[in-house]
Amino acid sequence: MLRVTGLSAHYGRAHILDEVALEVAAGEVVVLLGRNGAGKSTTMKAIMGLVPPSAGQVVFDGIPITGRAPFEIARLGLGYVPEERRIFTELTVLENLEVGRRPAPPGMPPWTPARLFALFPSLGAMQDRPGGRMSGGEQQMLTIARTLMGNPRLILLDEPSEGLAPVVVERMAEAIGALKASGLGILLSEQNLHFARGVSDRATIIEKGRIRWSGSIPELLAADAVREQYLSV
Amino acid sequence: MRWCGPSGRRADPALLENLVLQALSGLASASSLFLVASGLTVIFGVSRIVNFAHGSLYMLGAYLAWTLVTNLPRGHLGFWGGVLGAALLVGLIGLVVEVLLLRRIYRAPELFQLLATFGVVLIVQDLALLAWGPQDLLGPRAPGLRGSIEILGLRFPLYELFLIGVGPVVLGLLLLLFHRTRWGTLVRAATQDREMVGALGVNQRMLFTSVFFLGSVLAGLGGALQLPRESVNLHMDLSIIAEAFVVVVVGGLGSLSGAALAALLIGELHAFGILVFPKITLVLVFLVMAVVLVVRPHGLLGRPAAAAHGAGAAEPPIGPAPRPLKLAGGAALALALLLPPFAGNYALTVLTDIAIFVLFAASLHLIMGPGGMASFGHAAYFGLGAYGAALAAQWLGASMLGGLVLAPFVAGLFGLLFGWFCVRLSGVYSAMLTLAFAQIAWSVAFQWVELTGGDNGILGVWPDAWAAGKLTYYYLALALCLGSTLLLRRIIHAPFGYALRAQRDSVLRAEAIGIDAFRIRWLGFTLAAAAAGIAGGLFAYGKGSVFPTTMAISRSVDALLMVLLGGVQTLSGPIIGALAFTGLQEQLVRITDLWRLVLGSVIVVLVLFFPQGLAGAARTAWERRHGDT
Repeated sequence: MLRVTGLSAHYGRAHILDEVALEVAAGEVVVLLGRNGAGKSTTMKAIMGLVPPSAGQVVFDGIPITGRAPFEIARLGLGYVPEERRIFTELTVLENLEVGRRPAPPGMPPWTPARLFALFPSLGAMQDRPGGRMSGGEQQMLTIARTLMGNPRLILLDEPSEGLAPVVVERMAEAIGALKASGLGILLSEQNLHFARGVSDRATIIEKGRIRWSGSIPELLAADAVREQYLSV
Repeated sequence: MRWCGPSGRRADPALLENLVLQALSGLASASSLFLVASGLTVIFGVSRIVNFAHGSLYMLGAYLAWTLVTNLPRGHLGFWGGVLGAALLVGLIGLVVEVLLLRRIYRAPELFQLLATFGVVLIVQDLALLAWGPQDLLGPRAPGLRGSIEILGLRFPLYELFLIGVGPVVLGLLLLLFHRTRWGTLVRAATQDREMVGALGVNQRMLFTSVFFLGSVLAGLGGALQLPRESVNLHMDLSIIAEAFVVVVVGGLGSLSGAALAALLIGELHAFGILVFPKITLVLVFLVMAVVLVVRPHGLLGRPAAAAHGAGAAEPPIGPAPRPLKLAGGAALALALLLPPFAGNYALTVLTDIAIFVLFAASLHLIMGPGGMASFGHAAYFGLGAYGAALAAQWLGASMLGGLVLAPFVAGLFGLLFGWFCVRLSGVYSAMLTLAFAQIAWSVAFQWVELTGGDNGILGVWPDAWAAGKLTYYYLALALCLGSTLLLRRIIHAPFGYALRAQRDSVLRAEAIGIDAFRIRWLGFTLAAAAAGIAGGLFAYGKGSVFPTTMAISRSVDALLMVLLGGVQTLSGPIIGALAFTGLQEQLVRITDLWRLVLGSVIVVLVLFFPQGLAGAARTAWERRHGDT
């Protein structure tokens, strides 16, 4: 459903992405693993059109989307959940959801605030609270819920477990499992292998802007050398 | 805007009653001010554009209302239809400006956007002159609201009472729009993080254009509603924009309720300032703005802007000038030295001005380029230098040399004082504070008639006998300006200059390696002020007189134009900008009455096609041809 080939990006003259290639099928969770600064967030931003790629192609659902404006890419059904969350702090929870609302593609039951509150019960208890007065975990749930309001068919989920308490990370894993079950494709970026292995089907490892390894989760768990080289801190 | 008490005042009225009427009059002014300021603040909130042309939209609202109302049949429908029609027409004009110009420069540095909107101001001034002529136009009074009513035994115009109601109604409608509709929710979200709004599938272009339309309608409505209050004239644009900026900044950029509160404050301040401090009414408003910004750096109800996402790339480092540039500079210097003996008096005057403005622009450039600060009020230091020299000549009988030595010290001293406040803030707030101090300096020069002669200025500030000849004075000005400009360049390449640029690129990282960013900025500001003071002192002796216009807003804008035209991040930028601007303006004024139209169009074209300025564009072309170095 999402196919990225040869994606490169530059910042000034520095290569930040070097021929990144990856694929995510419908209903599949692929985790992009790598250390801080490896290029995970930049890959997602380049797919979303927020960082202009200097070469390469991104095809979503058969449509080439490289070079398109972010809002057009979002409207095609590709959702983006940024690492920094970027909640609208002066808007309430309901208003944040309203900003994300887009019509659902035909045949898909649209996300509504009620359905999202069932998925993230803690949000339902604070519908009129401004985003700026929520905890980090609540903001993380809100930013995912806000993107789901656009009824995407695939989402880019950038480090959702970062900085969250273990209990909240567990709840996040459950939510991701439920979303996958509903048929949503997810490209997840993570440093936390423990969290990633529980929710993902396949893994792709990125280091210094280059894809170094791809394979299934069991393969990754068996490949001690790969984990040692790219993921150990 | 007319700031005076209610008309038809009874002789010797009781104090309390008079105060009540004065307060009402202040409310009416506040209402009008709010209409304009609300549009400005909404546009800024979403687009982050400081729209200088907002005052022009207000003026067009008044002119279009005049045309419509005088041509439509008399009566309620004709008048109110004309007013609303004018507001909508102004909205359409704003829409065209947004689509043709602003849409293309949303990613440009904010000062460039300001420059572009100032180009629009110039264009609109001449178009309005062409369409409606230079004379003031008087509109009809509003039907049904011609009379006045008695309040506490005093007469108060009905129309003013009507205006008092308009402000709160518009505020209420806007709050409903922003809090009860999807469009309003999107606008508020975009005010905080427009990139994220785009990533959620919202077409920002449509959003920006619609916001600009709404803001323009509000400006047009504000102007149209002035029709029964005051004559329509060509100075409405700049007089309202300064006030509207003050309101928006005092209230907090992007905050509607803040704008309402600030409009109330400023309106009442005007009304009562006239009663209590008739001598310093002009200073009062800017004094209040300065105090508010010092106490609350983001305005009364403003919040610190969220960290900018996807900020532009760091400025390229400044290297030594390449050989061809050195050669060109040398050739220009040779011309500047060798040609003048063969030039006439007029040419010598222009050349002297150019030398002075090169230094003036270079001093502003130190703040803006390496310093990374914006100043809307740099003319203050130019003017303080000029007044320092002139006052020394008039009151102390100082010689020219004494005056010229004093000039940078006076300007530098005030730079030290004003700078301490200004460099604490950042971005638009800092720029507005510089404007506030400049306006305070201007108001003092204008209203402290005993010391400065007020509008009549100080005359007879002539050079000493040995420098009285035009040619000698030119060489003196050239030597001082060139020397100071080269000194500024040297400073940029000195450790102090590195520290200045380091804090521009990252305050945190600069402080982490032991640079006191505040002190560096403060010192840079003071140095720039002193350099501008030298230019101002030379200007005073060159003209033989000083007037308050020496430090008016328009001169600050001239300096901004020179620096931006040349290019902020090049060292030759301010020099080229000063040459281009002064030369262009001199020539245009000579060959056409419509010089504003031409200059404005040139500015707009430059911003659209040379966003790095003339010197920046030349450097890019050079690098492209010779490969990056």
